[in-house]
Amino acid sequence: MMTGYRPLLWPGGLALAGTLGLAVVALVALLYAAPDLSVDSVWDTYTLRVLRFTMMQALLSTALSLAFALPVARAFARRTSFPGRTLLLRLMGLPLVLPVIVAVFGIAAVWGQNGAISNAMEAGGLPGLSPLYGLSGILIAHVFFNMPLAVRLLLGAWQAIPGESWRLAGQLGMGPWAIFRLIELSRLIAVIPGVAMLIFLLCFTSFAVVLALGGGPRNTTLEVAIYQALRLDFDIARAVGLALIQVATCALIAVIFFRFARTPESQATEERLITRPDTGYLSGRIIDAIALVTGGLWVLGPLSAILIAGLSGPVVDVLSRGEVWSAALRSVSVGVGAGLLSLLLGIALLATTRDLAVRAKRTRLADRLELAGSLTLVISPIVLGAGLFVLLLPVVPIFDWALPLAALVNGIVAVPYVLRILAPTLRRTAEHHDRLCASLGLRGWSRIRHLEWPASRRGIATAWALASALATGDLTAIALFGTQRDATLSLMLYRALGSYRMDEAAVLALLLVSLCLAVFVVIEGGIGGRTRT
Amino acid sequence: MDAPGLELSGVRFGYGDWQVTYDLAVPPGSFTALLGASGAGKSTLLSLVAGFERPIAGVIRAQGKDITNLAPSDRPVTTLFQEHNLFPHLTALQNIGLGIDPNLRLTRSQKSDIAGALKRVGLVGMEARLPRELSGGERQRVAIARSLVRQRPLLLLDEPFAALGPALRRDMLDLVDALRHDTGMTVVMVSHDPADARRVADITAFLHDGAIVALGPTATLLDNPDVPALAEYLGV
Repeated sequence: MMTGYRPLLWPGGLALAGTLGLAVVALVALLYAAPDLSVDSVWDTYTLRVLRFTMMQALLSTALSLAFALPVARAFARRTSFPGRTLLLRLMGLPLVLPVIVAVFGIAAVWGQNGAISNAMEAGGLPGLSPLYGLSGILIAHVFFNMPLAVRLLLGAWQAIPGESWRLAGQLGMGPWAIFRLIELSRLIAVIPGVAMLIFLLCFTSFAVVLALGGGPRNTTLEVAIYQALRLDFDIARAVGLALIQVATCALIAVIFFRFARTPESQATEERLITRPDTGYLSGRIIDAIALVTGGLWVLGPLSAILIAGLSGPVVDVLSRGEVWSAALRSVSVGVGAGLLSLLLGIALLATTRDLAVRAKRTRLADRLELAGSLTLVISPIVLGAGLFVLLLPVVPIFDWALPLAALVNGIVAVPYVLRILAPTLRRTAEHHDRLCASLGLRGWSRIRHLEWPASRRGIATAWALASALATGDLTAIALFGTQRDATLSLMLYRALGSYRMDEAAVLALLLVSLCLAVFVVIEGGIGGRTRT
Repeated sequence: MDAPGLELSGVRFGYGDWQVTYDLAVPPGSFTALLGASGAGKSTLLSLVAGFERPIAGVIRAQGKDITNLAPSDRPVTTLFQEHNLFPHLTALQNIGLGIDPNLRLTRSQKSDIAGALKRVGLVGMEARLPRELSGGERQRVAIARSLVRQRPLLLLDEPFAALGPALRRDMLDLVDALRHDTGMTVVMVSHDPADARRVADITAFLHDGAIVALGPTATLLDNPDVPALAEYLGV
């Protein structure tokens, strides 16, 4: 507003240099590492096959997740009060924070050749299920993660329908079909493209699922192919080529995403009190009940399998091994370090964007800078890691630095979460209280102590806890940098799964998920403080 | 005669096509109402006096002292906003205490000053309450108590009582008016309601298109609106 206002630019500048800057350096390093890179050397039948498979599994995963999520979300939207509704919604949130490799174990325990369903079928005289590996396994895992995500996002759209619409629909005597066609459909058409794009991007860049369940070269995605080229074949030129294809494709998807799709609101906390007029029909009740039960079991199955198999496994034997605990310690160090890094980067960027948005009235520039901080979504952890790999390989003993590098990659990758959690709070604090602070002379340390910290400590705690928990269970970066010497728990679990030591894997999976939960709870409770009532 | 409690001379401000110019002088200890349609520049005048905006040209004086270039916290001014006058996570005592010391290090006598201020605004013993445990009117009373302990001679009301019901709003205006008589502070209030002005303001200024087009004793001005824009605003 005022011409003379000089916004606080350096914290955001540093943060962007640390996230986007590093990603760009990594990309340049990739280009530089393979100077004789030619289209022919990369664009061969192998690459084409990998690209085709990557696309196909992402498309199928997206379609299946949405098709499953729509009836479940609609059931949640229509049934606003039934016993266990809150619990069921919470359950739907769990796959989002579950370490991927742990979920893979849980899915194998339910859907695998020797899983619960297969065993039940054999006991009933039916032929059992075939092995989980390959496309079907990948699809089951992706739907396990993304159906609940889609439910939460779609439910947000449903809850954004104003209560007046329901009153009006009731007054006009609209039936379920008319309600769907005239009220719900337009909302869904507005959000489904965004949700679909997000899920497609997540499945396109999926790593741990495909690494664990993609059997052989026929079922490999770009992400895993990059990893294999770097770590198994040590073919840097191929890794570089694949990484560039990966970045180009993701960038294309992201451009389409940001141009055409509205980001759906994920806050599904406030419940509408006005009841819909179409909750009384018996057919609707039956459909909703089926959707809710199926959706609940879909998520609950693998989760309870993790718990049951873990507790009935060789707990004492596995937990008495020193190497398990040192692996656990490594996981936690990577997690907490990564969380702290992304918190610092996120807050630094937000300090600048908030100043720009609220005080310098440059909202669009601020939003763009925050978007730039989230661009690491496009440059996937594997590409970022591959870039750092070829950048640092000639300079440092890279495998001695596995843990800090894993923390670095995970920290950068988690910055978008921190931005999403903290941006609204920080901006609101400035919008509401800047003038009061100015008139009271509250600035610097006093402002942080009496205003910023109390206003945002809950958000800071949640952001740090989430970023740390995600990084604690990460397999991507540590698979790239880790060795036998410094395996984290997730890498140890992946190896146990790979060599079919399922009993051991069961205990490791339960230990890892408990560890992530503990990291989350300790950080959130310790930093966020008790809720004042 | 004393120097004016508040004086704006040739104060200009604006961005783009939108420009305001203010010339105004009110005696110390007076209560002035600023009337006018939305967008006439009432709140902008308060923002300039409080220091949230800096004028392009002109001088602002409080009791004869040039305050044009002072930081908001260094001005002899307290502003009551429509909302967000209190920090939601701090108690009434802490919110008032921040008006005395931004580091919230309070001596025993300062704490008893705060208790006294709370008593004067009718909130005896409510030191430990959080804003959410207070009603809308009580929250604004806490903010008024803070303006009392800050001992700033100029109080600006940027529609702090707009969200309250008519009876409560009259109570609050009477409270501010009584405190003005006790302390001798100068009050400037933005208002949408001529009845509010008649109740408490000795002076009324009418703003139109970014300038003060009528100024005078409230009753005189409102009873005989000889400026066409004011007559139109009042609907007479």
